[in-house]
Amino acid sequence: MSAGPITIFRARRILTMNPARPEGTHVAVREGRILGVGPLEELVGWGTHTLDDTFADKVLMPGLVEGHSHASEGTFWRYTYVGRFDRMDPEGKVWSGAGSIEDVVARLQQAEHTLQAPDEPLSGWGLDPIYYGDRRVVRADLDKVSTSRAVGVMHASGHIFNVNSRALERAGLLRPGVNHPGVPLGTDGLPTGELKGPEAMSLVGALIGFDRERLANDEPGLRRFARLCVRQGVTTATDLANLLPPEAVSMMRRVTGEARFPVRIVPFRRFQAMTARQALDHALALRGESTDRLRLGAIKLFVDGSIQGFSARLRWPGYYNGAPNGLWYTPPESIRELYALALQHGVLVHSHTNGDQATEMALDCLEQAMLGQPARDHRFTLQHCQLADAAQFRRMHRLGMCVNLFPNHHFYWGDQHYETTVGPERAMRMNACATALASGVPMAIHSDAPVTPLGPLFTAWCAVNRLTASGRVLGTAERISVADALRTITLGAAFTLRLDGEIGSIECGKRADFAVLEDDPLEIAPEHLKDVRIWGTVQDGRSFPAAEP
Amino acid sequence: MSGAPLAWRGRLPVTVIGGYLGAGKTTLINSLLRSAEGRRLCVLVNDFGSVPIDRDLIVAADGDTLELSGGCVCCSYGSDLMDALAGLPSRLPQVERVLLETSGVALPDQVASAVGLLPAFRIDGIVVLVDADTVRARVDDVYVGDTIRRQLAAADLLVVNRCDLVGPEDLATTLRWLAVEAPAAHRIQTSRGIVAADIILGLGDGAAAAPSLPAGPYECDAAMRYEAIEIALPAEVDAAALAWRLTRPELGLLRAKAIVRDARGGLAALHTVGRRAEIDVAPASARPSRLVAIGVRGQLDRAAIIEAVLSAPHVRV
Repeated sequence: MSAGPITIFRARRILTMNPARPEGTHVAVREGRILGVGPLEELVGWGTHTLDDTFADKVLMPGLVEGHSHASEGTFWRYTYVGRFDRMDPEGKVWSGAGSIEDVVARLQQAEHTLQAPDEPLSGWGLDPIYYGDRRVVRADLDKVSTSRAVGVMHASGHIFNVNSRALERAGLLRPGVNHPGVPLGTDGLPTGELKGPEAMSLVGALIGFDRERLANDEPGLRRFARLCVRQGVTTATDLANLLPPEAVSMMRRVTGEARFPVRIVPFRRFQAMTARQALDHALALRGESTDRLRLGAIKLFVDGSIQGFSARLRWPGYYNGAPNGLWYTPPESIRELYALALQHGVLVHSHTNGDQATEMALDCLEQAMLGQPARDHRFTLQHCQLADAAQFRRMHRLGMCVNLFPNHHFYWGDQHYETTVGPERAMRMNACATALASGVPMAIHSDAPVTPLGPLFTAWCAVNRLTASGRVLGTAERISVADALRTITLGAAFTLRLDGEIGSIECGKRADFAVLEDDPLEIAPEHLKDVRIWGTVQDGRSFPAAEP
Repeated sequence: MSGAPLAWRGRLPVTVIGGYLGAGKTTLINSLLRSAEGRRLCVLVNDFGSVPIDRDLIVAADGDTLELSGGCVCCSYGSDLMDALAGLPSRLPQVERVLLETSGVALPDQVASAVGLLPAFRIDGIVVLVDADTVRARVDDVYVGDTIRRQLAAADLLVVNRCDLVGPEDLATTLRWLAVEAPAAHRIQTSRGIVAADIILGLGDGAAAAPSLPAGPYECDAAMRYEAIEIALPAEVDAAALAWRLTRPELGLLRAKAIVRDARGGLAALHTVGRRAEIDVAPASARPSRLVAIGVRGQLDRAAIIEAVLSAPHVRV
């Protein structure tokens, strides 16, 4: 049997995440997989090879793994970005942050000029009015953009829309007598244009271009998402979660199967509006449709809502500002049933818990499910799990659970958590990366893109520095080292996806997935980790420069 | 959402059926479907997963819509209730009434206020089921206790189910406790989810003569249990003022309806369901009517209801 051709890449430095051989200068690749790392003389024994010097002055890391993102970040870039902070689009253009509401309006006005059809809606995303003082965005602001077409902007959190008068009118909401907590009214008795929560948002979604079908099955969006992954050094990314209708699965199979598709996509099926048995059967059927670059068959469930939306479930003493406790999204009975069935059939389940009571409930449910179905290596993971305390991390360890924490939250909303949602002490323990590692809980960290920008090195910077947007250090004791952070965004995330035998480190037998960096993340000052320049990626042995059109 | 057909049809009444997992929501809905008596109902359920509808009621299945006997339908709303509701009047124009079954951890008042965002619908009532056997233990659960309390507090009508599984002393304790948890809600005690259809689905014409009752083993029992009455109304009674008077728990009214003059001299349809009162545009063909009311036999206080009617202010026509 003839083996494929061998390429040996030479690099300035190769950081392997393999403690037995932590560094090297050369990596040999055959058939998209790694033959070995080391000095050249230890690799030539594999046989005839081509020496590739493209990366001679670059640093290689294992391809970065984003354990909690949504491919809809690719879709959102078709809308106008109006966020507070600079953000890079899939084509590499950096959109500067909007400094004021007037600035947001000006950007939308600019985008409005480019629209052709008179009734085409105008959509924006990334709005974060907490940075603009006490003034709320109202329909009069967006009426300055257009009074004839529907204009709508999604907030960065994804939980609120701001729309103009035309959009309200078309949704039948520009009338007195509307009585809903998610639809604030102005002094004139009419809605202000802010629509909070899924029900109120659902009335205008399609009118302002955020329709569900588009978001669920968007081929150009998936391609853009892949471009973003390349720019951020990501070679494996989750789409967490998707309803995965058959047409979306077949689109994803086709697109990810193309010869130059650069990312391994791991979609999770959302557990919603179905029984545990149905969810399991769907997951098992999907598992059989997996390919090299599309890994199907896992399930995501929602235990509670979000902390900044006050819909997360908190234990005593609850919200700092006295808001009532949040909502359960799935009853404990259903969670226990799903866990038990999934353990029985070896199906991976990741559970969204934001508040610490939601985390406690998920831990209880798993503990009860395991009484009937002992499982040694289930890799069930708590996603976000932002408020977990030390005792909960110890329980996760005892139950064999993994965690995927959300340190990006500190930067974007840490000040709000400190001042309003949970108060100083709990804000400082949020996303307790150091405690998780000390407790022996396998850990990943994530962006939840598009909620915050995709970029594991930025996420690593957040975990290392724990700075808020205002410059406050939120919990010095929970900072982790750069080395730990780099391991977390590679092998750590791969472990939570049951892919650590295949990706996450550079060693013999694994996939030839590399993040190709211009700067050395171990040499750069930790406070500049987010500024490491990224050349692109190698995925399954194929090179993808970020600069490539 | 065009205005013309609405003015003609009125808004579609929606009954929100809430309550924790296993309280008997599905059983109640099946019993209502069996006693719909020609009312064309649309049952909205979160999913078809655990067989929400008794198989013998299903005529045909088409994706997320089940065609049911008697001209009723059942649709699953899955991930988007608002979408399912918004498209309903045009997709199923024959539907007269919606029964909306919430998920076991949903807060029914939040669901009702979301429905209220859609001008084509009005909330007829929030019915919350209680498992008399387990509710007091469940509210002590550290996780779901407060959710159940919020569900109870949201009820216009509390259907206290599974009373047959509880001894008389325990039942009395539970009922006293419910009166504290949900003081304004009107209570119905039952077993196996059986409630007279008129109470949940609205009073048909001639209801006072023969309240429609569910078929089955509990029929006689149910016939004994409820009573409907009719009371003549003064011509110019103020609909809104009367409606609120009729929601007082001590009258023993579970549901009432009438066509009366509204404040501008037009005709309005008055509905009460437990503690909730609603005034809606009357159908074009409507004439002023007597008050028709239903309640638990022995608890319906005719004298107090007449007193409420007579004490209501009049409108100037």
